Amino acid sequence: MATPAPAGRPLDPVQVDLSTRLATLRLPDPVLTASGCAAAGRELAPFLDLAAIGGVVTKSIMLEPRSGRPTPRMAETPSGMLNSIGLQGPGVEAFVAKDLRWLREHGVRTIVSIAGGSTQEYQRLAQRLRHEPGIAAIEVNISCPNVESRGQVFACDPFSAAQVVQVVRRHTAPDVPVLAKLSPDVTDIVAIARSVREAGADGLSMINTLLGMVIDPDTMRPLLGGMTGGLSGPAIRPVAVRAVWQVHAAYPDLPILGMGGIRTGRDAFEFLLAGASAVSVGTAVFNDPSALARISAELRGLLAARGIARLSDVVGLGHVQQARHVAAQAARRAAQEEALA
Amino acid sequence: MAPVQVTAEVVGLRRAGAYHHMTLLAPGIPEGTRPGHFVALAVGGEGSGMLLRRAFSIHKVAPGSAGTVEIVFATHGQGTRWLADRRRGDKLDVIGPLGRPFTLPREPVACVLVAGGYGAAPLFALSEQLRARGCRVDMVLGAASEDRLFGVLEARRTSASVTVTTDDGSAGIRGRVTDPLPEIIRAAGADVVYACGPMAMLAAVAEVAAGLGAHSQCAVEEAMACGIGVCMTCVLPVRGADGVTRMVRSCTDGPVFRGSDVRWADVGSVPPDTLGAPVAGGH
Repeated sequence: MATPAPAGRPLDPVQVDLSTRLATLRLPDPVLTASGCAAAGRELAPFLDLAAIGGVVTKSIMLEPRSGRPTPRMAETPSGMLNSIGLQGPGVEAFVAKDLRWLREHGVRTIVSIAGGSTQEYQRLAQRLRHEPGIAAIEVNISCPNVESRGQVFACDPFSAAQVVQVVRRHTAPDVPVLAKLSPDVTDIVAIARSVREAGADGLSMINTLLGMVIDPDTMRPLLGGMTGGLSGPAIRPVAVRAVWQVHAAYPDLPILGMGGIRTGRDAFEFLLAGASAVSVGTAVFNDPSALARISAELRGLLAARGIARLSDVVGLGHVQQARHVAAQAARRAAQEEALA
Repeated sequence: MAPVQVTAEVVGLRRAGAYHHMTLLAPGIPEGTRPGHFVALAVGGEGSGMLLRRAFSIHKVAPGSAGTVEIVFATHGQGTRWLADRRRGDKLDVIGPLGRPFTLPREPVACVLVAGGYGAAPLFALSEQLRARGCRVDMVLGAASEDRLFGVLEARRTSASVTVTTDDGSAGIRGRVTDPLPEIIRAAGADVVYACGPMAMLAAVAEVAAGLGAHSQCAVEEAMACGIGVCMTCVLPVRGADGVTRMVRSCTDGPVFRGSDVRWADVGSVPPDTLGAPVAGGH
């Protein structure tokens, strides 16, 4: 027998309070873009009111301009895609002068994603951004090869992940939260979460893409120019929900921006139940550039139908429900045993 | 004009040789459309496992409250096969108009329009606008075989001359569009060559045009995931006005490029002198 959800009578959707918090950052809406899936943000302006969504998480910014990888850069896969862009970008100076300025002028809550090849590069990025107005939070993309450690990816090593997060935290304004973006390609994601938490991360973004490969049966070699690529889209959603669940179970006080294959309000709801306080929508935007507004509205309707007036009440609720379910089962068993005795 | 996302209705779908010619009732898109613009379609229906948009150059538009958009496509895979299976009345999610269109000459100069296969689709609206400006229009239509030619009859009706080439000789001259092209450019005294088709054809057309001192405008067909500039997958190396090569998006910076700006031989790679190109041992 299922444990009934703690729901009241259905509400009028307009009564639902969708506001949420990521550490010290207050968001009127819980749905944000995902890094690398909205370019600098302005490209989505024809399809969305960017000031009304939770916020824009920018493409990962590096110190210098970067060409990215050769084409082909993507392959469609079942319910997902593989991409190998190679962090193409204009470099931090052009980003600040053009993209960040545009976002600020248009009242967009902006989370700047930063990426580097060394701890030093992350530090210089944090220092460069420190006095720029209009940055709501920093997301640290640590799924980059560390050139000082034989290309070992920062996110896959608790020590270098912590080192990067620590320098970024130290060189970022105290009132600007620093989120560490975790890779699912690790043996124990909770161990990485613990490490970056102790290094001062104010929250986590999870998950990044999973490393994959597609081989072209005609050429009989890897299809992508960069050979491997990151798998994203609904295909990875269960992996992401599991990762968020595990980390929230271990550190319920650590805010999580959840992402990985979110396409509908129902998908976003799963992440909230697993423990995310807000969500990012990535690959679904390629399919539907107005997806963020739709997902937010669907989430609102779904909460209203369950009589839930505040989004913040469902963050991590899946864990509570599971505990209730387990306790109820135990009580039933105990009662049965008593009846038989 | 900013692109719009609309729920369009299929009002016509018919075979055109090896291709499919689809007419969509897509109010709001025709008004801002100019020759060379494209649309991006979601495929597979709601909740489809195929997430990436399919981009098609716009063949023709008819503005108004019953505004229609026509596209021509080949079935390459699951997504285009799904499109080919649509029926009248089916709904499709369409975004457009997208990209940068062809640039029209200010003077009534002679123009040669060159197409490979269904790359001819966007050239008829272009031809109409060129002729309205007093330009002479000659067309060269090439394909692998006769059934892969598109629009030959309409070309004959509207152009000063039409030359057809096929790889297998099933129609017109056996060979490539670039075989007769130099003579056509010379005979027409053409100043501008417009082209749409596969990358290798565009590269060859741009080279021929440059060799004869003509400008070329090439609409590329690069694979895209979104069509609106957010996915960064459809890039190619293009030299800017400052002489610097950048990996630019064919969706937002193209699909039409000046033939002389594209580093044709380097498409599919990142030339070492590209802005931000990897250094030895780097990414």
